[in-house]
Amino acid sequence: MSKKTSQKIAFFIFRLLGLLVVGILVWILGFIVYNGIGVISWEFLTSAPSEGMTSGGIFPAIVGTLCLVAGSIVFAFPLGVMSGIYMNEYAGNGKLVRFIRIMTNNLGGIPSIVFGLFGMALFVNAFKFGDSIIAGSLTLGLLILPLIIRTTEEALKAIPDSFRTGSLALGATRLQTVARIILPMAFPNIVTGLILSIGRVSGETAPILFTVAAYFLPKLPTGIFDQVMALPYHLYVIATSGTDIEASRPVAYGSALTLIAIVLLMNMLAGILRKCFGKKIK
Amino acid sequence: MIETQDVNFYYGDFHALKNISIKMETNTVTALIGPSGCGTSTFLRLFNRMNDLIDNARISGKCLIDGQDIYHKSVQVDELRKKVGMVFQKPNPFPKSVFENVAYGLRVNGAGNKSYISQCVEESLRCAALWDEVRDKLKKSAFELSGGQQQRLCIARALAISPSILLMDEPASALDPISTSKIEELIHELKKNYTIVIVTHNMQQAARVSDKTGFFMLGELIEYNDTKKIFINPDREQTQNYITGRFG
Repeated sequence: MSKKTSQKIAFFIFRLLGLLVVGILVWILGFIVYNGIGVISWEFLTSAPSEGMTSGGIFPAIVGTLCLVAGSIVFAFPLGVMSGIYMNEYAGNGKLVRFIRIMTNNLGGIPSIVFGLFGMALFVNAFKFGDSIIAGSLTLGLLILPLIIRTTEEALKAIPDSFRTGSLALGATRLQTVARIILPMAFPNIVTGLILSIGRVSGETAPILFTVAAYFLPKLPTGIFDQVMALPYHLYVIATSGTDIEASRPVAYGSALTLIAIVLLMNMLAGILRKCFGKKIK
Repeated sequence: MIETQDVNFYYGDFHALKNISIKMETNTVTALIGPSGCGTSTFLRLFNRMNDLIDNARISGKCLIDGQDIYHKSVQVDELRKKVGMVFQKPNPFPKSVFENVAYGLRVNGAGNKSYISQCVEESLRCAALWDEVRDKLKKSAFELSGGQQQRLCIARALAISPSILLMDEPASALDPISTSKIEELIHELKKNYTIVIVTHNMQQAARVSDKTGFFMLGELIEYNDTKKIFINPDREQTQNYITGRFG
C-alpha cells in the first residue's frame, strides 16, 4: 500500500470516528430538545411543581441548582487555584508536593456517592449543618477541587519560565510575579477548569442526595442553612419515584432540557470572561 | 566593583564553577567567553542570585559587590536584583503594553507617582535607544515590536530601576546583524554609567564591546585580561586555540 493510500485510509477513519462522537452528542441533545421543548414555558420556569409534581414548574429546583453551583464554586475555586499556585510556583518539586499531587489525583477518582456519604457524615452530622445549601455546596466543592487544582497547575506550567525570571530579575518578589504576570497569563486556561467544574456540579446527583436535596419543597431558600430542590435530583425523583411517573414524564424532559441550557449558558458566560481577560493581557 | 574569591558552584553533583577569582572594575565592560556549557552563564547568574531558583544548587567562596557579600544572610534578594539588572538571551517582554513593560520594575518596587513613572519610562527608553521608534506605540502590546526592539525594550526595562550593574546573557544571539550592532552601540553608551558583564559566543562581539575578557573552559577561568591582550597575544595556548576557532 502506498504512503498516500494509507494516509487517506487513516484520516478517513479518524474523520468517521470524529463524526460518530458528534453524532451521538447531537442525537442525545436532539432527543431531549424534541421531547422537552413542548413543556418549556415562562410558567414552567417560574412556578413551583404542583399536583404531585406531575405538572406546574421547576422554579425551586432551578434556584437550588444555581445556589449549589455558586456555593461550590465560591468555596472550591479560590481554594483550588491557590493550591495549584502553591504547588507549581512555590513548593518546588519535593516529596511533599509529589505526595499532594498523587492524593489530589486519587481524590479525583473517588466515586461521587462516596463524597455524598462523606459530606453527610462531616458537614451534615458532625458540623451539624443539617441538610442545607452549605453542606451540599461544600460536598460538591470537595468533588471539583481536584479538577480545579489540576487545571490550575497545568495552566501555570504552560507559562514559560522566562516570564518568571524576567520579573524576578527586576526585583519583583515571587508573589508579585505570580499576581502581576503569571496568573493573568494563566487565567484563560484556569477558566477552562472553572467551566468543567460548573458542568460537573450542576449535573451531580449523588453528592447532594444526603446533604441538601429536597424531594419536594415548593418554597425558596431564605439562607444557606435551608434545604433546596435541585434539577438533577428532581429529575431523578420524577423519573423513578414520583407519584405518577408516566404523567410527569414531560416535566422530566423539560427539567433535563433546562439543566442542559443552564450549563450551556454558564459555560458561555465563562467563555466571555475568558475572552475578555485574554484580550486585556495581550 | 564586582569581585569573586574562590567561588565554587555545584548543580547537585556537577561541579559547574571551579575556584573562580576575578575582579571587575566599575564602569567597564567585561566579556565572558567560552564554549557552551563552560559555566559563563552560571557565573553571570551568581551576581543577581538567579541561580537561587535552581533546586540542589550550592555555592562556596565569596561573591562581593562593592565590598558586600551578596550571599550573606542579611542580603535581601529582591533588593540585590534592583541593583543588578539582567538582560536575557531571548527577549522576554511581558504580555503588557510597551509602557507597562518598562514601568513594571518601578511599580513592583513601590513607585506610584504617575508623572515620575512616565518620566522614568521615557528616560529609560531613550537610554535604550528605543524612544524614537516606540514613542507612538507606548500603549501597543510589546509583542508587536520586532525581536531587536523587544530586546532593547528589555534593556530599557532593566535600566528603569536604575541598577548600577547590568548583566547580559548573550543579549544579541537571537537577533539579526542590524539589531545586534544597535545593541553593541548601546553597550558602548551604557558603559559610562553602568558596570556591564556580558556573556557572548561571538568573538568579534567580545572584541568590539569589552574592555576586559575572561575565557572559561569546563568551569575554570583559564585567562582573564585586557580584551586587546586576550585577542592579540593571549598567555595561554587554550585561549589562543579557542579564539582562533581551532576548537570549541
